[in-house]
Amino acid sequence: MSFLEIKNLHVEVEDKKILKGLTLTVEKGQVAAIMGPNGSGKSTLAYVLAGKPGYQITEGDILLNGESILEMAPDERAAKGVFLAFQYPVEVPGVATMTFLRTSLNAQRKTRGEGEVSTPEFMKLVRETSAHLGISADMLKRGVNVGFSGGEKKRQEILQMAVLQPRLAVLDETDSGLDIDALKVVADGVNRLRSPERSMIVITHYQRLLNYIVPDVVHVMAKGKVVRTGGKELALELEAKGYAEYVGEAA
Amino acid sequence: MPAVEETVEQVKRIDVDQYKYGFETHIESEKAPKGLSEDTIRFISAKKNEPDWMLDWRLGAYRRWLTMREPGWARVHYSKIDYQDIYYYAAPKAFKAPKSLADVDPEILKTYEKLGIPLKEQEILAGVRKQGEPSELDDETTGGEYTSGRVAVDAVFDSVSVATTFKEELKKAGVIFMPISEAIREHPDLVKKYLGSVVPTSDNFFATLNSAVFSDGSFVYVPEGVRCPMELSTYFRINEANTGQFERTLIIADKGAYVSYLEGCTAPMRDENQLHAAVVELVALDNAEIKYSTVQNWYPGDAEGRGGIFNFVTKRGDCRGKNSKISWTQVETGSAITWKYPSCILRGDNSRGEFYSIAISNGHQQVDSGTKMIHLGKNTISRIISKGISAGKSNNTYRGLVSAHRKATGARNFTNCDSLLIGNQCGAHTVPYIEAKNSSATFEHEATTSKISEEMLFYCQSRGMSAEEATALVVNGFVRDVLQQLPMEFAVEAQKLISISLEGSVG
Repeated sequence: MSFLEIKNLHVEVEDKKILKGLTLTVEKGQVAAIMGPNGSGKSTLAYVLAGKPGYQITEGDILLNGESILEMAPDERAAKGVFLAFQYPVEVPGVATMTFLRTSLNAQRKTRGEGEVSTPEFMKLVRETSAHLGISADMLKRGVNVGFSGGEKKRQEILQMAVLQPRLAVLDETDSGLDIDALKVVADGVNRLRSPERSMIVITHYQRLLNYIVPDVVHVMAKGKVVRTGGKELALELEAKGYAEYVGEAA
Repeated sequence: MPAVEETVEQVKRIDVDQYKYGFETHIESEKAPKGLSEDTIRFISAKKNEPDWMLDWRLGAYRRWLTMREPGWARVHYSKIDYQDIYYYAAPKAFKAPKSLADVDPEILKTYEKLGIPLKEQEILAGVRKQGEPSELDDETTGGEYTSGRVAVDAVFDSVSVATTFKEELKKAGVIFMPISEAIREHPDLVKKYLGSVVPTSDNFFATLNSAVFSDGSFVYVPEGVRCPMELSTYFRINEANTGQFERTLIIADKGAYVSYLEGCTAPMRDENQLHAAVVELVALDNAEIKYSTVQNWYPGDAEGRGGIFNFVTKRGDCRGKNSKISWTQVETGSAITWKYPSCILRGDNSRGEFYSIAISNGHQQVDSGTKMIHLGKNTISRIISKGISAGKSNNTYRGLVSAHRKATGARNFTNCDSLLIGNQCGAHTVPYIEAKNSSATFEHEATTSKISEEMLFYCQSRGMSAEEATALVVNGFVRDVLQQLPMEFAVEAQKLISISLEGSVG
């Protein structure tokens, strides 16, 4: 059984059909890249996995570890191990990053029936991870994402992922808005989290990120479906030829 | 279901019956006959063994009150109050001022135990733990706060003060902290000098009513140069049905003195409305500082808007001396109606006034609150930070006045008014009045109104928080600037209170 199975998924937003019969499986421990032109439904897929309100699922199913997650609230999915690194991380003024991380982790643990994380254990994890990601102690005290640059926000997403230790991490255009140095730091943070127990979906428009986060498999999305699947070399082919062929084909 | 719809659904189902202080203490009480007349006032005055001058003062206020009309300018709507249908005095039967906690009726002690806010005070009030002894409440995260924290408490139950702690120790420092009814007998000169000097008996309808019938409250005098060695606090509890609570608090910080004072309030759940019309007067002389914090959690009424406390309160501080400072911090979560404008008269040169407020309304609550900063002296500074949060079908109005007198050269004010809306059936209103009568005054006003965005809630939920945890976190972030002004132990309680007040406000 695959860890994630998406079966013939149809999704509408405000009566507009975005996903039109998407089928995709991700194995346990697999890193799957999803590439595709703008408007192909990549970000919609990311949001639907995380359970964002406002997306109508008209057909199909999403199974996580064999269990449908369609009826689950975002927080229940998070407790089951789903994590979305946002393309545009949201600012939460007045809430220190540290508080946010701890509240999130304890909320998940509570849902899973586990006790709260101990203070020293938590502090150690946050300190170590933020050091790798070049996040200063001062930033941890500031409001979540408030006044942070694009690159800083993306690092914060990876920090959250490291603290929450998801079983399925969905990275939505984590490379957008990053310069090459920031990209390396973020990719390094992601690579540290690769594990046989953790599946990842790396959504990107460009091949560049995949030089640093090398995927096990590459899926191409166009017009709301997966239209081609291949190995990591597929990304290079797309970089060379562009998406024109897929845009035409699916029409 | 789309989130907007879902929120609407939740708001429809909103339930404010989660008030956890709504129990009633069954205790026999002695009341004045129902209704208001000169006889009622004579009854109260006699019960308190007051001197003649006090009775005359009350009667003067009563006669004035008869000529006044209830104000109608606030953005609150309520059915007419029948002032003859209220008991103006209620006290636990056979009540005598207790000499020690052992004399306090166990039912009353139990009440405070059940109220549990703040735990530490209640622990000390009940005599379980001596100050400075380690408390079970301490763990590594509180950093010994409960052990080292010391708070003197005056507990007011309906119309009387039932216990005041740490009286002796405060006495050593020269600080007077006692029920005002006692102060009238024991320190008549101080009371005569200051009572009504900030809020005159003719001030407004509710303050005048209070002047006529006030029953108890706290009196604090901190002598010249003394820094009060601990936080002082009063815990107000309305228990009796159909009874108004009219407490009167008077705090004086003499030259160079400092005092921090907190008050907390709760009441049982009842179907009828109850009137609470308090007056608080603060006087800060040269170089003195008073910090006054309130956590107001009177019963807000039920889901249909039945019952709840009408909270019509006049609070005013007078920065009478130069370089003096008065700071108001309030967390307002309770009451069916809140009508309250803690104000500062910045009379002394270089004096400072501050107002930090969190006002939360849910269900059918109506809040009309704000402050007045009256700049009279030179180079006076004021700062207003107001955070209003509306949920359910409530209405929340900030009403504030900043004014600089002709002689108040160099006056400065900074105002920040933020409103947060939860759901789409509530309202937030901001009514600032700003007047400068001299050209050197600098006034700044910032105001924002925002909705808790679905983006923000989804972001928090996608990290594992439930919708309620997410809302509480976002709201706590929103009010953080103000929470930081509260004394540590109260900030923790206030934070919890905010979460409770907003329960059921989102999906």
